[in-house]
Amino acid sequence: MTEDLIRVENLTMHFPLQKGFMANLFTREKKFVRAVDGVSFAIRKGEVLGLVGESGSGKTTTGRLILRLLKQTSGEVFYRSKSITAYSSGEMECLREKMQVIFQDPYASLSPRMSIGDAISHPLRIHGVADGTKARELTLAMMEKVGLSPASFLYRKYPHQVSGGQRQRVVIARALVTNPDFVVADEPIAMADVSVRSMILELMVKLKEEFDLTYLFITHDLATCKYICDHLAIMYLGKIVEIGPLQEIFRNPVHPYTATLLDAVPVPDPKFRRTHPMPKGEIPSPINPPSGCSFHPRCAYAEPACSLTVPELVDVGMEHRVACPVKAR
Amino acid sequence: MNPGDTILSIQDLHVEFPINIGTVRAVQGVSLELKMGEVMGLVGESGCGKSTLGFSILRLLRPPGRISGGKILYRDRDIAAMDRRELLALRGSKIAMIFQDPLTSLNPLYSIGDHFVETLKTHEKGLGRKDALVLAERMLESLGIAKDRLHEYPHQMSGGMRQRIMIGLALIMNPDLLIADEPTTALDVIVEAQFLDLLNDLKNRFNLTIILITHNLGNVAQLADRITVMYGGAIAEVAPAGSLFHDPLHPYTRGLLASIPNIRLDQPKLMTMPGSPPDLVDPPAGCVFHPRCPHTMDICRKERPPIAARNGHLVNCWLYKERP
Repeated sequence: MTEDLIRVENLTMHFPLQKGFMANLFTREKKFVRAVDGVSFAIRKGEVLGLVGESGSGKTTTGRLILRLLKQTSGEVFYRSKSITAYSSGEMECLREKMQVIFQDPYASLSPRMSIGDAISHPLRIHGVADGTKARELTLAMMEKVGLSPASFLYRKYPHQVSGGQRQRVVIARALVTNPDFVVADEPIAMADVSVRSMILELMVKLKEEFDLTYLFITHDLATCKYICDHLAIMYLGKIVEIGPLQEIFRNPVHPYTATLLDAVPVPDPKFRRTHPMPKGEIPSPINPPSGCSFHPRCAYAEPACSLTVPELVDVGMEHRVACPVKAR
Repeated sequence: MNPGDTILSIQDLHVEFPINIGTVRAVQGVSLELKMGEVMGLVGESGCGKSTLGFSILRLLRPPGRISGGKILYRDRDIAAMDRRELLALRGSKIAMIFQDPLTSLNPLYSIGDHFVETLKTHEKGLGRKDALVLAERMLESLGIAKDRLHEYPHQMSGGMRQRIMIGLALIMNPDLLIADEPTTALDVIVEAQFLDLLNDLKNRFNLTIILITHNLGNVAQLADRITVMYGGAIAEVAPAGSLFHDPLHPYTRGLLASIPNIRLDQPKLMTMPGSPPDLVDPPAGCVFHPRCPHTMDICRKERPPIAARNGHLVNCWLYKERP
């Protein structure tokens, strides 16, 4: 069995809510946004875990916590079985060479004043991997690998001079140039057009094989997961409600929320009709999440007990775990 | 007017935006007919001109954008030639539009009730505030929103709720044509599905004709009667929804369909289309799609393709031109 490259245990992030000065004087009670609330999972080397949820489910915060871009409230992150939660910023900086990130918006993640070549070679210089001609060579080679060709021509271009799809390739090249083994991809194709999406997705799959990468693929779109993920973790209000191999979850979604999410995916087929009615309402606020199972107010299968106890993830076989005592019985 | 009559007929419409580096030819000779009571899906990628087309129907183009040619006939009256007074009478009361982002379309300082009152009083001068609020309450009910929320403000509502308010405002004057410009793009999947269900329901109750502009073919598949695929400011193909998905004719439609993920199908890999959409300041000569097309012929590089009718589709491609 391959080792776990990334493991998170009971990861929790509660953002304190800003209150006005007067409110601070007169109330003791502190309020928190429970963005991530006790999340545990592991990603084996070479595997792609899709972290799926709607806006406000805590998926992006989870990604940021793993990269230590945020300081967690509690819980631990392990990289190659070593806890990195207590790493100093210096130690973390060294580790960033191996743990990289691709963000959703390629416009916002590239400096408009830095040429594409400079942007891609920047991490090489920061981490002291290479500079001068060596850095240029490595950069050009990486540009060709991500399909930015002719590389020597595009090297001097600025982000505004290339297309959206090319910009996302630049961001990918910059993430991979230091030869990382783990990449958090946070909605890498959400901004792209349909035809660009499939290209970026295909590129990410190809690069994963070529560089032996492990991805945490954060997305709200279950349909794209099918083409890149091995495992899925479904998040709802800061908690994982279902986790397991993708094929298994697609074939046999157990948690009512997962089933709804799968059913809501737009299907490009006029004859298709949804099998379940959509649940009423929307994802509640993570400030005062519902008691017990946070999905219970919207759930068609809710029983009185669901509002009392917070369900634990229970193994239902085939490495498939579900936090729903009603459906997992 | 009866179902099946033509309610909107766009004839050889051209829209351009003169900018400092040249003229963006955003819509280049689009002709389209809309039948009473149908849902037309208008689909394409960013920059294909779908939103510009939607905005020009209500003459809402932002300067320097302008209609540089063609006609937009709504019940045989040319919108492109209307004066300001006629336009104001048309907008909102006959043709309504909803936009992608409900938060920027609603005024944060107005309560939901104020929004309805303002809309109603703009169109019906004599109407009192009380009567307007009664109408608003009735509308909220048909949208599945509790009527006491009329006193709330946009920031107190969720994204899906705001978009439902938008559609309520659009329908309060009982228009017969609704233009929905990417109404679900800012919404999460479940809320999106809820909204599309609502739209389908409202269509029947309000006898609407709908133009649903979207980049997501999956969104329009079950809702639309016909689908228009646009590329590079021109129409690539118009076809009944079922036929478009199962037997696409234009090479662009085929590529687009093969590159969208379908969760219900066992396709191991997505297709990709090489290249990127054309620069509309300097569009390619001939067919705008020819640089990316797998079937390019000599004539495609030289001349714009004529519209060909084939299997109930209208397709803008030389492949389907009857050879003399």
